[in-house]
Amino acid sequence: MACIRGERPVFSGVSFSLEPGGALTLVGPNGSGKSSLLRILAVLLKPAGGTLTWEGAPVDQDWTAHRQRLHYVGHLDAVKPTLTATENLRDWARFRGAARAAPGALEALGIEELADVPGRFLSAGQRRRLALARLLAAPAPLWLLDEPTVTLDADASARVTAMIAAHRTDGGIAIVATHGEIALDGAGRLELGEHAVSADMLMTEADGESEEEEQW
Amino acid sequence: MVGVFLRLVGRELTLAVRGGIGTLMAVVFFVIAVTLFPLGVGPELGLLSRIAPGAVWVAALLAALLSLDRLFVADHEDGSLEQLMLGVLPIEFVVLAKAVAHWLTTGLPLAAAAPVLALLLNMSVDGLVILIVSLLLGTPILSLIGAVGAALTVGLRRGGALIALLVLPLYVPVLIFGVGAVEGAVLDVGVHANLSILAGGLVGALVLGPLAAAAALRMTVE
Amino acid sequence: MATRATGATRRGRTRWASIHFFANPARFLRVARAVYPWAAGSTAALIVAGLVLGLYVAPPDYQQGDAYRIIFVHVPAAWMSLFIYVVIALCSAASLVWRHPLADLVAKSSAPVGAAFTFITLLSGSLWGQPMWGTWWVWDARLTSMLILFFLYLGYIALHAAFDDPAKGARVAAILALVGVVNVPIVKFSVDWWNTLHQPATISKIDAPSIDSSMVAPLLLMAAGFMAYYVTVLIPRVRAQIASRRIRNLRMAQVSR
Repeated sequence: MACIRGERPVFSGVSFSLEPGGALTLVGPNGSGKSSLLRILAVLLKPAGGTLTWEGAPVDQDWTAHRQRLHYVGHLDAVKPTLTATENLRDWARFRGAARAAPGALEALGIEELADVPGRFLSAGQRRRLALARLLAAPAPLWLLDEPTVTLDADASARVTAMIAAHRTDGGIAIVATHGEIALDGAGRLELGEHAVSADMLMTEADGESEEEEQW
Repeated sequence: MVGVFLRLVGRELTLAVRGGIGTLMAVVFFVIAVTLFPLGVGPELGLLSRIAPGAVWVAALLAALLSLDRLFVADHEDGSLEQLMLGVLPIEFVVLAKAVAHWLTTGLPLAAAAPVLALLLNMSVDGLVILIVSLLLGTPILSLIGAVGAALTVGLRRGGALIALLVLPLYVPVLIFGVGAVEGAVLDVGVHANLSILAGGLVGALVLGPLAAAAALRMTVE
Repeated sequence: MATRATGATRRGRTRWASIHFFANPARFLRVARAVYPWAAGSTAALIVAGLVLGLYVAPPDYQQGDAYRIIFVHVPAAWMSLFIYVVIALCSAASLVWRHPLADLVAKSSAPVGAAFTFITLLSGSLWGQPMWGTWWVWDARLTSMLILFFLYLGYIALHAAFDDPAKGARVAAILALVGVVNVPIVKFSVDWWNTLHQPATISKIDAPSIDSSMVAPLLLMAAGFMAYYVTVLIPRVRAQIASRRIRNLRMAQVSR
């Protein structure tokens, strides 16, 4: 799988597979493409090459089905300032197709006492907890988390780690981009820095083009 | 699916109501813009009644444009848009729900405020009724076309001015048939042709607008 | 959940070498190089011939005298501005459906040419209006439609330029072009409708005067000349686009070194 972000090639030659209950941490320096890879897996971004399969079937055959089996928590919390925590959570559960938010999601992240507080009064860490509560409010087997514990305190980070562990025990899969704050037992580790597109490869490509275009 | 669609419309309306005075901006702008016309062309009643249909419609058009730049941008900035794109509702229906909510918070209040303003411009009572009808048929088209313009400019740093440039030429037919209907009523020469064309345009915009806007969103939200 | 890898170098190749004859820029450049002198030559020949026939050979109009001769510029320019908009829309469809890289470049390169033809149409129409109607601008149905077409061109160009990533700008602008092409007939229809509603006081003599055959020949020659001109300016513009894409590739190679 290869990725070009904007006009900048980010990585290539990335390949992995996960079993139910498996987990993968994406590590690498800033700009190595952790977020881009997660967005590709969430089909928010089209890969420049390669394929993505689920149980053997390429997901581009049915993007709708793929969207419904994943949860994506990116850098943005998607918390509306004028809606309360409960309302925010209820809406996301509904948009994910659940009839209502599953109970216990706020409790799992330790923000049950904030249920009726509008989003604009929440701190960055509290908004982050609310965004992560979406994972529990409507179930989905594949979790794609982009640095989930940024802005979280030690208590909340521990809760998130426990959530991921419980999710995997239930047969779920988690792919987590991190700078090393999260330790997951038995998780695979993908160093995206090792897959960076090097200048040499680019030059080869550019030369290949110029051979084709030589004649003008 | 219908439930999810209605929930999204309801959410947008809640956000609009809790957003406070900003939501009423379109109507306030509409009222002020229309009152500028007599100040600009003079208070002569005959002249005012002649320009009334056009003045009201042009002001409505600009008012509908006013809030378009926030249509998707707010959701884009806080991450809601990408979550909506991952939801069960196809993006086409997300667009439709947002356009419906936009119309309920701009087009509908405009149509409600229009008769009072038209009276200020000395429009005849025959004209008033058709003015409301033409606005009720025409302003949803404005919201739907506007959604396309808004979707095309999501993620641009200065999308607002660009939306006006993209969308206003596309608004021309709505303006012409909307004003045509009202003038037809005022001059008593028949309104059906204009209103039928507006209704046809609304059906077309309901189908094509969400398709085009969804295609644009898939590209602009990466 | 599984992913499969493909190399970055293979990606480049699959993107270029497929789908369509002209999808390959090398092939396009070969053809363009062969066509270019012919296009440039016929532009000059056709326009000179058209001007000679139009300005000297064709008789003066019995009503308008010599002033009508501006149609030899006005009418072909109007045809071209519509034609180029259709080209942009077709290229946009090709780029969206088949991800045809050259279609993007042709669409982007065509837009300013089309806008220029539209502007010439408006300008010549306005100049014609002065002796005909005694005013520089008349809200004639055709001129009004052309004005709106001009705005559509400006919007397309502005949207294209607004994106930092040219590939993304091309795809988004392509959608606008398709929306616009659906809208152009509606705008045309609505403006005609509006014009009959507000019957102008002036008598329109632009509409299909019985044209003498001595006037048809220069009109068609000029139209062909404008078409050749379009091809002539398009080729270097597309070349420049291909070159700038290569420069971007090389610059990125330097950045990531």
